[in-house]
Amino acid sequence: MTRTGWLGTALLTLSCSLAAQPALAQQPLKVGVVTFLSGPAAGPFGVPARNGFELVAEMINAGTVPAPYAGKGFGGRPIELVVIDEAGGPQKQVAEFRNLAERVDVVVGYISSGDCLAIAPVAEELKKLTVLFDCGTPRIFEDASYKYVFRTGGTGTMDNTAAALYTLERNPNIRSIAGINQNYAWGQDSWTDFEAAMKALKPGIEVKTSQMTKFMSGQFGAEISTLLSSGADVIHSSFWGGDLEGLVLQGAPRGLFQKHLVVLSAGEPGINRLGTKIPDGTIIGARGPFGPFAPDTDFNRWFKNAFQDRYNVPPNYAAYKATNALLGLKTAYEKAQKAGAANPNQDQIIAAFENLTFEGVGGTVKMALGKGHQAVMDNAIGTAKTVGGELRIVDVKRYPADRVNPPEGTKSEAWIKSGFKQ
Amino acid sequence: MSNVLAVLFDGVVYSSWLFLMAAGLTLIYGVMKILNIAHGSLYALGAYTAATLAGAWLAAGLPAAGSYAMLALAALLVGVVMGPLLERGLLKWMYGKDEVVLLLVTYAAFLILEDATKLIWGVESQTLSEPYSLPGNFQIGDLAYPVYNLLLIAVAIVTGLALAWALYRTRQGKLLLAVIHDREISEAMGINVNRVYLVTFSVGSALAALGGALTAPTIAVSPGIGVEVIVLSFAVVVVGGLGSLGGAALGALMVGIARSAAVRYWPEAELFTIYFVMALVLVVRPRGLFSAPEARRI
Repeated sequence: MTRTGWLGTALLTLSCSLAAQPALAQQPLKVGVVTFLSGPAAGPFGVPARNGFELVAEMINAGTVPAPYAGKGFGGRPIELVVIDEAGGPQKQVAEFRNLAERVDVVVGYISSGDCLAIAPVAEELKKLTVLFDCGTPRIFEDASYKYVFRTGGTGTMDNTAAALYTLERNPNIRSIAGINQNYAWGQDSWTDFEAAMKALKPGIEVKTSQMTKFMSGQFGAEISTLLSSGADVIHSSFWGGDLEGLVLQGAPRGLFQKHLVVLSAGEPGINRLGTKIPDGTIIGARGPFGPFAPDTDFNRWFKNAFQDRYNVPPNYAAYKATNALLGLKTAYEKAQKAGAANPNQDQIIAAFENLTFEGVGGTVKMALGKGHQAVMDNAIGTAKTVGGELRIVDVKRYPADRVNPPEGTKSEAWIKSGFKQ
Repeated sequence: MSNVLAVLFDGVVYSSWLFLMAAGLTLIYGVMKILNIAHGSLYALGAYTAATLAGAWLAAGLPAAGSYAMLALAALLVGVVMGPLLERGLLKWMYGKDEVVLLLVTYAAFLILEDATKLIWGVESQTLSEPYSLPGNFQIGDLAYPVYNLLLIAVAIVTGLALAWALYRTRQGKLLLAVIHDREISEAMGINVNRVYLVTFSVGSALAALGGALTAPTIAVSPGIGVEVIVLSFAVVVVGGLGSLGGAALGALMVGIARSAAVRYWPEAELFTIYFVMALVLVVRPRGLFSAPEARRI
C-alpha cells in the first residue's frame, strides 16, 4: 500500500469512529422497570407507577418535560423501558432480576419491602445499577451498605414520624393509641415506628391494642369491635389497597372514625377510590409530599395535568415516586456527562448519583442517607374533609426532611426513641 | 359481658361467611371427590358480578332495596353459567383420573379464571357499600353492628337448612346421597350420575358465588380475593370432615368463634387460630368431626 493509501485508510477509520460516537449515543439506554402488574398491589400502586414510568419516559424522550429536564432523553440518549411484573414474591423476583439484569442497562423498580430486601444484595452481586423507587423499609441501607443500589423514595420512618407529630400537635391531650396493620414487614415496621414516635413525643402514652391482620384478609368485623371497645383515642393504620378500603367501608358505618381519631399513614391512594366515604377528620399521609399533598408549583401542575390527561385519573403517590426515580436517574446521567463522559459508564453514573440533589415532582429529593444512596424528602400530612360533595385534604402540614428522617449513620428506631434528636 | 357477646356475635358473623363457601366446597367433594380449588375464583366472580349488577342497579336510580335482589341474581348467574361451563367443559373429561390430577385441573381453572377476572374488570377494585350501610345499625352493649350482618347470618342458616332438606327429604337428594355412597352401584341402578354431577357442581358454584356476592358490599372487590377464601374454606371443610354439610357448619362455627376470641384477647395468635383448631380436631379425629366411616372394598 502506498503512503497515500495508508493515509486514506487512516482517515476513513477516523471518520468512521467519529461517526460512530453519536450513533452510540443514540442507542437507547435500556431501563428495566419492575412494578406490580397483577395481584392486589397492581390497582393501587403497580399500574399507576407503570403509567407514571411510561408517561414520563415518553416525555423525556420527546424533550417535553419542563426545565430543568427539558433536554431530550438522558443527555440526548433515548431511554427504552422493559417492564416486568413484580408479583410472585421475593424468590421469584430474584430469578426475574437475574434475567432482567442481562437485558438492560439499569433496573428501576420494586414496591414491596420484601422484594427490595431480597433484590438489593443480588444487585450488588451482579454489579447492576438498581434504583428502588417505592418500598419503605428503612432496613435496606440501615442494615447494609451498597454501591450499586439507590432508593429515590423516602423510608417508612418519615411516614410515621410525621403522622405522630401531626397527630400530637393537633391533639395534645391524647392519652392512648391502638393499631390495625398488616402482619408483614410493612405493617409491623409502620406500627413499631408510630408507637415509638408517639411514646417518644408523649411519654406515658398507653397502647390499648395492636391488631396485626393477615394481608388482604378483607374481613375486619372482630378487629373493628375490638378497636371500638378499646377506648383508644387514636387508631393508627398503614393499610393499603383492598385492606384500606375494607377498613373504611366496614369501620365507617360502625362509627370507628367518629369515635376515634384515625390515622391512615399510607391512605392517599385510597382517596381516589373511596372519595367521600373517608369520614371527615381522618388524618391521611401520602408517603411523601405527593398527590394532594404536593406543593402547587408549575412542575407539579405539569405532572398532574399530563397524567390526568393521559389516564383520566389524578396521579397517586406511586406515580409520583416512579417519576422521581426516572428524573433522578436522568440527573445523575447528565451530571456524569458534564463531568466529561460523553457516554457515561455505570461507575460514572453511580459516582454522579451519590449524594445527588435533584428536583422531583413534589419537591427536592436529597440522596442524603445510606452513604448518599437513600433519598430524603419533606413530608406532608393532612386531614380529610368533604367540601361540596368532594373529598378534600385540608390543614396540610409540611415537615422538613430533617425533622422526620434520622441523620446519616443513625438507625431509625434509635433515632425515634431518642426523641428525634438531630 | 358485652365483650363476650361481641366475641360470639363477631364469631357467628364470620362463621356464616365461612359456611357459605365451605358448604359448596364440601358438597362438591362429597359427591364428586374433587377438591375444587377454582371455588375461590367462583367466590371472586360472585363478588365482581354482584358489584357490577348492584352497582348498575343503583346507578340507574332504582330503589336501593332492589340491590339485594341483584346480589342473589349475581350468585345465580355465576352458578348457572360457570357451573355447567366448568363441569361439562373441563371436569367431565377428567373423571376417573386420580384425585390429585383433578385437583391440579381445578387449580389450572383457578389461575385461568383469576386472569379472566382481571381481563374483564381490570386490576382496580370495585366497591359497593350501599347494601351494607342501607339497613342501618343495631347495638350490642356499646357496640354498633350493621343490620346487614344479621342478613348474612340469616342467609347462612336458611342455606344450610335448605341444603339439608334438599339432601335428606327430597327424592333428588336421596339419589345424590346414593351417588355419594357408591357411584358405580348408583349408575347400575339407573341413576343419571352425570346429571347429578352437573347439578351438584352448579349448586356448589352458586354457593361460592353467593358467599362472594354477600361479601361484596363489605369489602373492596379486588384481584386476589379468592385466594384467602379457598385456604379458609379448605380448613373448615377438613375440620368438619370432607363431604359433611353438618361438619362444615360446625367447623365454620368453631373456627369463627376461635378467631374472634383470639382477635380480642390474644391478637398475636389470630393468624394461627384456624390452624390450631384444625390441628386440635385432627389429633382427636384424623378424618374430621363428621366424616363418615369409609367402607373398605374387597
